[in-house]
Amino acid sequence: MTNQSSPTPVKEKNSIWDSNPIFAWFRRNIASILAALLLCVILSFTTDTFLVSTNLLSLMRNVCVNAFIAFGITCVLICGGIDLSVGSVAAAAGVITVRFANAGLPLVFCVAIALVFGAVVGLFNGYLVSHTTIPPFIVTLSTQIIIRGVGYVVTGGQPTQCTNESFNLLGTGNILGIPVPVFVVTIVLVILFFIMNRTRFGRHVYATGGNREAARFAGVNTKSVQMRVFMMSGTLAALAGVVLAARLYSGQPSVGEGFERDAIAASVLGGTSFNGGIGSLGGTVIGIFIIGILNNGMNLLSINSYWQFVVRGCVILGAVYLDYIKKSRALKK
Amino acid sequence: MPSEYILEMNNVFKSFGSNRVLDDVTIAIKPGEVRALMGENGAGKSTLMKILGGIYHADEGSIKIDGNLVRINVVEDARQNGISFIHQEISNVPSMNIAENFFLGKEPKNKFGMIDIQRMHRETRKALDVMGINLPTTRLISGLSIAKQQMLEIARAINENAKVVIMDEPTASLANAEVQDLFAQVKMLKEKNVAIIYISHRMEETFLVCDTVTVLRDGKFIGTKNTTETTENELISMMVGRKFDEIYGYDRAIGGETIMQVNGLTSNAVTDVTFDLRKGEVLGFAGLVGAGRTETALALFGIDKIHSGEIMLDGKKVIIKSPTDAIAAGIELVPEDRKGQGLFLTHSISTNLTFQVLPQFIHNLTINRKKEKDLIETYKNKLSIKMASVNQLAGELSGGNQQKIVISKWLAAKPKVIILDEPTRGIDVGAKAEIYKLMKDLTDEGVSIIMISSELPEIINNSSRIAVMSEGRLVKILDPEVDEISQEIIMSYAVQGGNK
Ligand SMILES: Nc1ncnc2c1ncn2[C@@H]1O[C@H](COP(=O)(O)OP(=O)(O)OP(=O)(O)O)[C@@H](O)[C@H]1O
Ligand SMILES: [Mg+2]
Repeated sequence: MTNQSSPTPVKEKNSIWDSNPIFAWFRRNIASILAALLLCVILSFTTDTFLVSTNLLSLMRNVCVNAFIAFGITCVLICGGIDLSVGSVAAAAGVITVRFANAGLPLVFCVAIALVFGAVVGLFNGYLVSHTTIPPFIVTLSTQIIIRGVGYVVTGGQPTQCTNESFNLLGTGNILGIPVPVFVVTIVLVILFFIMNRTRFGRHVYATGGNREAARFAGVNTKSVQMRVFMMSGTLAALAGVVLAARLYSGQPSVGEGFERDAIAASVLGGTSFNGGIGSLGGTVIGIFIIGILNNGMNLLSINSYWQFVVRGCVILGAVYLDYIKKSRALKK
Repeated sequence: MPSEYILEMNNVFKSFGSNRVLDDVTIAIKPGEVRALMGENGAGKSTLMKILGGIYHADEGSIKIDGNLVRINVVEDARQNGISFIHQEISNVPSMNIAENFFLGKEPKNKFGMIDIQRMHRETRKALDVMGINLPTTRLISGLSIAKQQMLEIARAINENAKVVIMDEPTASLANAEVQDLFAQVKMLKEKNVAIIYISHRMEETFLVCDTVTVLRDGKFIGTKNTTETTENELISMMVGRKFDEIYGYDRAIGGETIMQVNGLTSNAVTDVTFDLRKGEVLGFAGLVGAGRTETALALFGIDKIHSGEIMLDGKKVIIKSPTDAIAAGIELVPEDRKGQGLFLTHSISTNLTFQVLPQFIHNLTINRKKEKDLIETYKNKLSIKMASVNQLAGELSGGNQQKIVISKWLAAKPKVIILDEPTRGIDVGAKAEIYKLMKDLTDEGVSIIMISSELPEIINNSSRIAVMSEGRLVKILDPEVDEISQEIIMSYAVQGGNK
């Protein structure tokens, strides 16, 4: 009855805080943005090495590897899955690139092979997740272990030193004084942002994570969506591995242990839900910075590395708890 | 070759494992025809429609649209062929907004191949205005009532400009006002020569809006009749396969002394609700959707926070802050949203049935399987729950059978006060009668029942007294001993009560 008696059209509230993506991002992530700034302020007072351009640039360079992986994991989480295989994929991708480069193949080609490798692992994960009822946690935990093992078998556990000079540029070079990986991350972020927010596929990732059955009923090919998201995550992990190898100037089969941890932490700090359907790359960017600044700051303050684990864990738990309080307040309203 | 039928489904067979669900079903529908599809829970109605909608694949059989043979493998194929579907279970993505849900799977693209968000919101707005739904299109689905979500799904399907619209129990969670809106839309579609397949367990609706009715039983085609040439009893006999006399035939329970007294109950959604509940009576709660009936139940059950007011049970004041408190006090709730709140869909039927009463079977860490089996048998027979085996997953059952499981689960616990929120939603005639009988058995044993229902005949025929709610307040308690009772009287309190 109420709806019949009020024929006046509804006014859509369209404040700039909703319509402009930058403003919307700011409003949504205000708490974590403030947290990141607060961290910066504290560090610039407690150390005299934090607010120095060399440190800030190296900080940027350091967060890049985590950024690639965290973007992929954010997308997988939004789709209702999880990808634990990223660290092993990154290590393997680094070894692959360096080995092919040392064999004399052109660099672009080597990187392409590494990325394809990442995509194939992703496809494998995605296929199992979408076509069976094995939980993504188990599927990707297994591939993590398998790929790590294969990496050790192939390399005998030894790092492969790179002999191609130009490869190093990708990791340690600068353009206009800004590290090359930062450029790459920015380009990747822009592309992913458009994919997730402005394409059908992106909407379908959110829908699949939010309610798989409803998405299927609406005509979304949820299996294909899941497979493609895992492929994205695998490819991004491989890219992270390539960049890391370029920085280390060698392919090391042992790197990347615990990469998934930092990436998941960044996503969660940025407001991505573990239940799927909710999350944003913009939020993850802030999460990446919080983790990066925290690590950088603790090193500058020369905090014992064992204690660093404790601090990081507490920060994640604290952030998630605050988020929980915020949400349950919103629900009560 | 032109055909007088817009849709034909011929010789359709479908099995799930060894369970044959559709057995040689053939239907044909003309443009502008409203065809009711009736049958008991589990008869195969939804399955037949899901085959048409591209969700399931038939093992055998063919589909013709406008006389042309078509293949429907995925939902998109169905849409291409002009078929749109309102599903029995609410199927929205709660974490997305209304416009995003509205265009899910068919997002409009601009010339750059990206989603045209503005257009999405604009067109959604238009479609919502047609249905008189005044919600902003940027609103998240999460938190909307089931009725609102159902209205959104109806708007979405109607907006697709389909040739055939399938409505699988569209009114199951709507109250009178919205049902009228829906019927108006059905009429409009009919005038546009759209064929409609209408599944419902409500007899009056079938006769009101449908031209013809097809009955299925146990996956077999039983017959098609013109609604002008058949009767309610004939249809029921076709559905159940035997003669059937009276559905609403049971005596009203008469209450004894007061068992529960609720004074000035106030939560976020309801204000100053006061009523008493007598031992062994059925107190019916009537009102429009959104009047606060479910919310009253949620407050009594400790899910919604109680701001003020008191609850006396057996003359003693009880404090209810959580469902655990409520259950300890002897109050139980059978919720309205079976998928979200009532069932573990990925667990077996037996797990679901016995969850509430587990302590009865567990001795020294082992579960007494025999006792468990007896209980399951009891309710399976009492409510004639149709299942392949008790180990089947609850999520695989037909909609109505899921509802029966939810109810059985709670009845097994034998509470003092039981709150049933839309207990017969989506349940076939036969099983409805079973549930009424079960309620009668309970009241005879001295259990008091609060029954929330949007079906007025059900309220009138089963309630000892009727509480009418309007806009968050309890406006009137009607007692048949002193008050005159009719659908019109109840509706007048439900609509105007809030203004008095
Ligand atoms: N995905 C599935 N897996 C296994 N069995 C299924 C599945 N879907 C339906 N069934 C079975 O098919 C039969 C018919 O179910 P269907 O949903 O078509 O019934 P219905 O006529 O729509 O009933 P209701 O009125 O309760 O909605 C039921 O016995 C059900 O258990
Ligand atoms: Mg059904």
